[in-house]
Amino acid sequence: MSDDKAKPGFWKRMFGGSPEPAAQPAPIEPTGAEAAAVSTASPVEPQPAPSPAAPEPAVAADAPKPSWWSKLKSGLARTSSSLTTGITAIFTKRKLDAATLEELEDVLIQADLGLDTAMRITETLRRDRFDKEISDEEVRAVLAAEVEKVLAPHAVPLTIDPTKKPHVVLVVGVNGTGKTTTIGKLSAELTRAGRSVMLCAGDTFRAAAIDQLRIWGGRVGAPVIAREPGADAAGLAFDALKQARDEGRDVLIIDTAGRLQNKAELMAELGKIVRVLKKQDPEAPHSVLLTLDATTGQNALNQVEIFGQVAGVTGLVMTKLDGTARGGILVAIAAKFKLPIHYIGVGEGIDDLEPFDAADFAKAIAGLER
Amino acid sequence: MFESLSERLSGILDKLTRRGALTEEDVNAAMREVRRALLEADVALDVVRSFTDKVRARAVGQEVIRSVTPGQQVIKIVHDTLVDMLGSDARPIDLEAPAPVAIMMVGLQGSGKTTTTAKIGLRLTARSRRKVLLASLDTRRPAAQEQLRVLGVQNEVDTLPIVAGQSPTQIAERAMTAGRLGGYDVVILDTAGRIHIDEQLMLEMAEIKRVAKPHEILLVADALTGQDAVNLAKSFDERVGLTGIVLTRMDGDGRGGAALSMRAVTGKPIKLIGVGEKADALEDFDPARIAGRILGMGDIVALVERAAQEIDVQKAAKAAQRMQKGLFDLDDLAEQLRQMEKMGGMKGMMALLPGMGKMSKELDKVDDRIVKRQIAIISSMTSKERRKPELLNASRKRRVAAGSGTRVEDINRLLKQHRQMADMMKMLGKKKGGMLGGLGSMLGMGGGAPQIDPAELERLAKSGKLPDMPPGFGGGGGLPPMPPGGLGLPPGMGFPGPKGPGGFPTLPGLGKKK
Repeated sequence: MSDDKAKPGFWKRMFGGSPEPAAQPAPIEPTGAEAAAVSTASPVEPQPAPSPAAPEPAVAADAPKPSWWSKLKSGLARTSSSLTTGITAIFTKRKLDAATLEELEDVLIQADLGLDTAMRITETLRRDRFDKEISDEEVRAVLAAEVEKVLAPHAVPLTIDPTKKPHVVLVVGVNGTGKTTTIGKLSAELTRAGRSVMLCAGDTFRAAAIDQLRIWGGRVGAPVIAREPGADAAGLAFDALKQARDEGRDVLIIDTAGRLQNKAELMAELGKIVRVLKKQDPEAPHSVLLTLDATTGQNALNQVEIFGQVAGVTGLVMTKLDGTARGGILVAIAAKFKLPIHYIGVGEGIDDLEPFDAADFAKAIAGLER
Repeated sequence: MFESLSERLSGILDKLTRRGALTEEDVNAAMREVRRALLEADVALDVVRSFTDKVRARAVGQEVIRSVTPGQQVIKIVHDTLVDMLGSDARPIDLEAPAPVAIMMVGLQGSGKTTTTAKIGLRLTARSRRKVLLASLDTRRPAAQEQLRVLGVQNEVDTLPIVAGQSPTQIAERAMTAGRLGGYDVVILDTAGRIHIDEQLMLEMAEIKRVAKPHEILLVADALTGQDAVNLAKSFDERVGLTGIVLTRMDGDGRGGAALSMRAVTGKPIKLIGVGEKADALEDFDPARIAGRILGMGDIVALVERAAQEIDVQKAAKAAQRMQKGLFDLDDLAEQLRQMEKMGGMKGMMALLPGMGKMSKELDKVDDRIVKRQIAIISSMTSKERRKPELLNASRKRRVAAGSGTRVEDINRLLKQHRQMADMMKMLGKKKGGMLGGLGSMLGMGGGAPQIDPAELERLAKSGKLPDMPPGFGGGGGLPPMPPGGLGLPPGMGFPGPKGPGGFPTLPGLGKKK
């Protein structure tokens, strides 16, 4: 982690609460993940509480704010529980035979680990334990260990080089994977760490994407460089970098329009943004983050590959891990592309961005208590 | 879409078709491959399992039909099972309800609800000429309401004015009131993205449903979704009761497994698919066509197979030989007509051809009884007359008319058609080794048996695209490029459609469904 004063660690944070969301008053939007149900609750209007969610807009934000671990766990719970009940069902007291291994493989496939990864893990089990009695606990341990083994080398925090003014972070990804939201959270974290952050609203295509980033900029107090919708994103990025250099900003985070990796002309446009940035600073962009939606299936592999080729992705952020809890594809991605995994997104709130921790992730997937 | 899955499957099944006889082991091996292909295409495991089980059950112990290889039969079974899984009929958005008809859009964050809302709004406005009001109930994501407003302006669809501070249910109420007062036909409610395990938001969704009483509740889901697609669709369905599914980003991937999974698990039809960023990039989902596309063998698979089952190979070969020589008498015509009848008549044949969806109405006008009547006419002739139609003078024609229960005009029409066709045969017969020659040998092979490469068929069908059909049907020129399956169908059939001989003027791209 580059932010030196850093965060106190998951466990402290778990009960320490986070002052930010409370300090950040409601007018913009409640930030607590679940409180937000209520809308842009204007502080003036007394909500007649028509919906059951109404009563707790601001309060919920600090009191029962769940820790990321509990969130991740509850998020992963369905995966884990389906996974673990699956495993338990298979393994309570049984011999490890071929049929059982196949069932285990199926269970892993259902977690989106991908066929090859699933087969590799079952292969390990076959090698070590074939025809032996094996308990539920052991299977989980082996599973977690295997998953962790794959992920651990890639759990690398995002480092911001303080000598670069600015350190340019380009955020890319498919539509709807959470680029803008991730930028909002990331800029909050960097700002908290005392860095001066500038945002560049490079998604000039999607309606209101610029407004969305502006609102985030307002929340974290970071200036947003933007042009009218439809403007050339590369030109905008160029200007933003120039301005960030002039102002001596620490970090410039550039949003981009979502694009499917198989759209050649859109990918070419992304390539252009990268080239244009290099004109001013040959090392820019210093970090290229690819956001991946946790619900995505095998296509994610393809996304990593193509975005990697075009934009030179340096690290991954997996978003939406709070809900559907699948993220197994990350294991396959780590095995294949060996890219650093920086963060996971576990909600819509301002601090629902967590550093990626391989052991926790692996245990959560395997359903092991820690 | 579906390209990569389709490639995999046809690769696997190709191996099968090349074999003469199939053992159970062959089928099992193929099914293992199919399972793998489906899993890599993100089809949910349960769905894959039930799919391969079904295919296996149907394949084992099925009697092999003569003139079809076992491999082909497996393809047919796979195809049928796919269709079962996808549902057989296209189901468009249903607006049969008192105005304003409310449509509610639900789904995860980032699945494309707002974009889809605008696309549907544009579609209903432009194509169905409805007056549509869009309303964003998304008070959570920053600028979501603004996004819909901008999209509305861009596409010239009205949006509900944004009032800050209202709850989603309040907005829903306001939208429905505005819909009633403003004389709107349709009100589309775009809700906030929500995770299907978030209890509070699911309650909110139910509340919106109670207020707006939507006629359609559409789940907007990302076609790139992995194994979780099933849970997602299930939980949304359980909580609000979906009426259909819209799959977005179908242009993003060659897999499309989510489409298979969601339909199979919820039983809800996939109504629309998003195929691009532009506002009009929204298509109807036609399951039967999609199944064909997944198999990569087109709808023609069915045509070939049906032909292979129904047509007496020997006869076809003989007919082809005669055609090659340029010979074509009334016996030949009668034979062709009979084969056509066997294959389900004109309508049945047409229904198998790709690209005929829009033609279904035209098809309804086709009177298959005409085929029967024409056969009757020919049957009422003496064998001499059949070989030499020119013998038929006025009194013979009267006799034939009486014998077949038709009128002399009918007989004249039949004779004229036959003449045109015979002329064409002669013409084609001269160009030996040309298309007809090649065709003849194909026919000789036994009606779409293994030697006919499906890809080749498809290419043929596409190159001719069937627009070339009118000549064939009207008794004009070239052989229509449908023969492999329609081998029986004579060129220049002169099919008396509603408009008399040479009817079917609009056959190009004729519909595929009845």
